[in-house]
Amino acid sequence: MFQSAGQSENAGREGASFGESRRSFLGVLLGLGSFFVGALLSVPLVRFALFPLLRRTTELKESPVGALSDFSSLTEPVMRTIQIEQVDGWRKAVSEKAVYVTKDSQGQLRVLTSICPHLGCTVPWNKEKSQFACPCHGAIFAADGTRVGGPSLRGMDTLETSIQDGQLLVRFQYFRQLVSDKEVIG
Amino acid sequence: MDSIHKTEAGTSPGPEGGLWGWLNRRTGLDDLLRSALDEPIPGGARFAYIFGSGLLFIFLSQVITGVFLALYYVPSADHAHTTVAYITKAVTAGSFLRSLHAYGASAMVIVLFLHLSQTYIYGSYKGRRELLWLSGCVLFGLVLAMAFTGYLLPWDQRAYFATAVGTNAVSEVPWVGESLKRLMRGGTEMGTLTITRFFVAHVFLIPAAIFALVASHIFLFRKAGAAGPVNEDPYHPKQKAELFYPRQVLMDLSLTTLLIVGLGLLCFFVPVQLGPPANPADAQYVPRPEWYYLPIFQWLKYWHGSGAIIGVLVIPTLLVLAIMAIPFLDRSVERRPWKRPAAMGAYAFVVFMLLGLGFRSEYLDRHDSGIAQQLGKQNAEEEEYARKPFEPELSSASLVAANVTLADPLAAKGKNIFEGQSCNACHGDGGVGTAAAPALVGIRAKFSPDQLAELFKHPTAKMNAGGMPPIDLSPDDLKALIAYVESLK
Repeated sequence: MFQSAGQSENAGREGASFGESRRSFLGVLLGLGSFFVGALLSVPLVRFALFPLLRRTTELKESPVGALSDFSSLTEPVMRTIQIEQVDGWRKAVSEKAVYVTKDSQGQLRVLTSICPHLGCTVPWNKEKSQFACPCHGAIFAADGTRVGGPSLRGMDTLETSIQDGQLLVRFQYFRQLVSDKEVIG
Repeated sequence: MDSIHKTEAGTSPGPEGGLWGWLNRRTGLDDLLRSALDEPIPGGARFAYIFGSGLLFIFLSQVITGVFLALYYVPSADHAHTTVAYITKAVTAGSFLRSLHAYGASAMVIVLFLHLSQTYIYGSYKGRRELLWLSGCVLFGLVLAMAFTGYLLPWDQRAYFATAVGTNAVSEVPWVGESLKRLMRGGTEMGTLTITRFFVAHVFLIPAAIFALVASHIFLFRKAGAAGPVNEDPYHPKQKAELFYPRQVLMDLSLTTLLIVGLGLLCFFVPVQLGPPANPADAQYVPRPEWYYLPIFQWLKYWHGSGAIIGVLVIPTLLVLAIMAIPFLDRSVERRPWKRPAAMGAYAFVVFMLLGLGFRSEYLDRHDSGIAQQLGKQNAEEEEYARKPFEPELSSASLVAANVTLADPLAAKGKNIFEGQSCNACHGDGGVGTAAAPALVGIRAKFSPDQLAELFKHPTAKMNAGGMPPIDLSPDDLKALIAYVESLK
């Protein structure tokens, strides 16, 4: 490209003596070799880039509610503030939410979110009337969270629970409001 | 249609058809490849000439690994360390890629030194190659600048303090030193603005300059032609030439292979560590630069007070200028090293000084029990941090963080009431406001506690219309709620 004519001539003779077929055979060999080495080297790059697709990088951790023994003689719903840890890549957000620990009709522990399924107010427990009564729009729920009356289209939402080492754990979730079926959002 | 096709086929060098032939006729790729590979080397292929393409390979590897690292890295003082820890500890192959990038910088400095030494010892800068040599000198400087700016980015103790020392040294430059230091740091102190500046230099400015200079370096090299062995005429090569392809290509590839295998094994078995996050308040930390900066580091130790300018500025500047001026000063066509005793003596002296200073720094560190102990402690802290699993950073939106600031127990009780009474349903968590109700943040400036108590018990007609119910609470609870609402900032 840049060399003078004299150099080119000189070079041309040298190249020809090597043999065009051997040159191209070597070329194919080098091309294939480079391709395979390149493919090998790109393995860590691809794995690095695809990490968020192959592993969970956003996760909602289970939050401890309290020791199981605390809830063994439960006669009415009790409010517990739980810490929710939401991991998002290299960061996490911790927030607090109120949940109720109560019992279902079979006497099994059940955890309810305190967010009203109507429009999202925090539902307080009314001790005197022995029911949940939302202060915003008057939705009424029984002690186990089932709908009794008012504008809500469904009962209070139960949360997934699990038990680990005598601790009650709960996976906090948000649900769509103003619908009759429980539907997870976010 | 046929005639057009014939015309096209007629102008192409070969009879090839198909996609390759078409692509070739459109782009001239074959010619380009041929001119790249058919570069004549007077005197034939040699292992001495392999370093340039080795550098090109490492540079390519640095660009690729750098781009991938940027997938996760955030250049700010509060996230840089977390994101590098995430890359190192959590992301698949992250430690390997980061090590490849970090060790790649060291490999670059080593191969660059070998490339420069070969050029110098072979006298390959002679014979109308002044610009080629100059562009190489500037490239050397840019590579060192890349190493310097990249070193800070992980924002661990080692990075922070090494850069603090490095930028401090700049302030020794007379007249403009202090301003230069502030310009680099983005202020008088090292901080988040320093990271952003170093990041921009490391990722945009210097790489752009390197790309441009590598292109001109290769262009100037091809324009001047390969210099060949030491007994070749630098102006008019007379020895029988051999083409770059295939033998020189294979020799170059042997270095590339060595680099791939060597760096791969090193990164796999001895990955680069990340130390604990930078703590500017750590007065005990003994900063040490990366190994290739040790000679300069040691050199600067000898210069203090009024004479410092000689050591810090005059001598290094003269040295750099002397190196850059070599092809202008040395005009003889003699290239055999044994016939150039002065040139070889100067080379040996500079290399000896660099090695001597580097080893002297290492020797002093080992024989000063206080420093050796502190350096040992720093290494131990680094290893301890490296063993810990990755811990995500607590986002500033976290409510727990807000609770910590709620020192007043009355306000803390009020917060529970605020949430228990569903005030947050309309006024938002922390009283930040929603579409349904106004923010309560800063309400302290508008209403006194007594006025608030009155409003809570008897909301105005406007408040009623918006859905705000009267609050029925015990006097103690009301006081707590007011304390909380007043605390919202």
